[in-house]
Amino acid sequence: MKKLVILGAGTAGTMMLNKLHGELDRNEWQITIVDQHETHYYQPGFLFIPFGIYSKKDVIKPKRDFFPSGINVITSEIEKIEPESNRVLLNNNSVISYDYLIIATGAKIAPEQTEGMKDKLWQKSIYDFYTIEGACALANYFKHWEGGKLVINITEMPIKCPVAPLEFAFLADSYFTERGIRDKVDIHFVTPLPGAFTKPKASAILGDFLGKKNINLTTDYNIARVDNDEKKIISWDETEIPFDVLVTIPTNMGDDLIARSGMGDELNFVPTDKHTLRSEKYENIFVIGDATNLPSSKAGSVAHFEADILFENFLSAIEGQPLQAKFDGHANCFIESGFGKGILIDFNYDTEPLPGKYPLPGIGPFSLLEETKMNHYGKVMFRWMYWNFLLKGVELPIESNMSMAGKRF
Amino acid sequence: MATKEIAGKTIELDADGNLAKLTDWNEAVAKELSKEEGIEQLTDRHWAVINYMRKEFTEKGDAPSIRKLTKESGVDTKELYQLFPKGPAKKAARIAGLPKPKGCI
Repeated sequence: MKKLVILGAGTAGTMMLNKLHGELDRNEWQITIVDQHETHYYQPGFLFIPFGIYSKKDVIKPKRDFFPSGINVITSEIEKIEPESNRVLLNNNSVISYDYLIIATGAKIAPEQTEGMKDKLWQKSIYDFYTIEGACALANYFKHWEGGKLVINITEMPIKCPVAPLEFAFLADSYFTERGIRDKVDIHFVTPLPGAFTKPKASAILGDFLGKKNINLTTDYNIARVDNDEKKIISWDETEIPFDVLVTIPTNMGDDLIARSGMGDELNFVPTDKHTLRSEKYENIFVIGDATNLPSSKAGSVAHFEADILFENFLSAIEGQPLQAKFDGHANCFIESGFGKGILIDFNYDTEPLPGKYPLPGIGPFSLLEETKMNHYGKVMFRWMYWNFLLKGVELPIESNMSMAGKRF
Repeated sequence: MATKEIAGKTIELDADGNLAKLTDWNEAVAKELSKEEGIEQLTDRHWAVINYMRKEFTEKGDAPSIRKLTKESGVDTKELYQLFPKGPAKKAARIAGLPKPKGCI
């Protein structure tokens, strides 16, 4: 029997498991998936929790609901990978060997990387919304908040879902307006980027939205530390920004196990070929989703498009064939813009987000880089698609590589 | 592709305004680029960073991120921001004649 081991049963790992399980001959392949957690979180839903739109129960399901039968599931922390000897050590001292390994161990926030971030104000006046704990704690805080200075700050790039902080700002505007206290809330979006977003055209358009919604924007701001006594953030060049509540997007890092295995860069992301998705160093290791060092967005849509490419390349690799499928960096994000509307962007490594219609050229139903109600419905509907199709590896009628059809440029 | 007269040479620039060719770079070019970035005088500490970046780029094919810079160049983050205000990785890469670091997407 040949052995395939998948590390991580999040979005990317679960998708790969289901795709490959449907394809690989069960008499020839034994598939094992390892994850320390039993609960699957729908991470795009975390954004809605602070505003009372979703609660915890809307974003969780047992991981086992998405595992096919006939595979080996191990619930355990992973101590490290030993790529030279093709094996993985678990923290209970057991060892699993593999012929092929897929690393899908994701990224997580590392607030301890910034001085004063995880100090006495943590989850009292400083919150994140990238964890279920942070999102729920912030929901409780906002419920009784009477207003003041709300600072939303991205610590450094790259982060998971680079549009989520903007969506948070838009939703905060909408939420406090509906609560009738918008005039008492000063929303300030503070980013290390030169604009509202990573790509120039979208950045200009999204920056306009911030202005229209009366959200202040500070760009090129690199936070050095948090002053917990005076409630302010301070940049490396000593610019101070005061807050009453700080919503931080902390440094994102790959899992510690990547560092323990000596396989990561300075942020514990695994150096990966940006087109084939194979590890740059090991022929029998592939990497997918947030765990890679790819210069693409860290997002579920990216993992989904990568999964199609990795699936093809994995089948080529086990046949000893060259890896033909090439990932183009395709990302596709519904941006919730508040008041029941949304914006959609679609882009890749080389082409920045452009206006137009998606996925059907000229028809849509979604509009790129425009604020519409239909885009909002797309986002709402997506959760259902995620649980019912995406994780199960069912094909969606969307091309994995980006298409220029329907785009205006 | 855009070209520009820098230190008496006509030099090709990429879409980000960084040098298109590594070989067009020399110390005089670096000095002019640093003035464009608002740095009047390149000190030994500036050069330590610039030289580290060029070495790293030649070996690895990518300009290092700020994290990598502070870990390996012997210049800490605080000083790095004093030397290259606002965006050290981006500015130092440009002055060093390298493309914009991949991390700055």
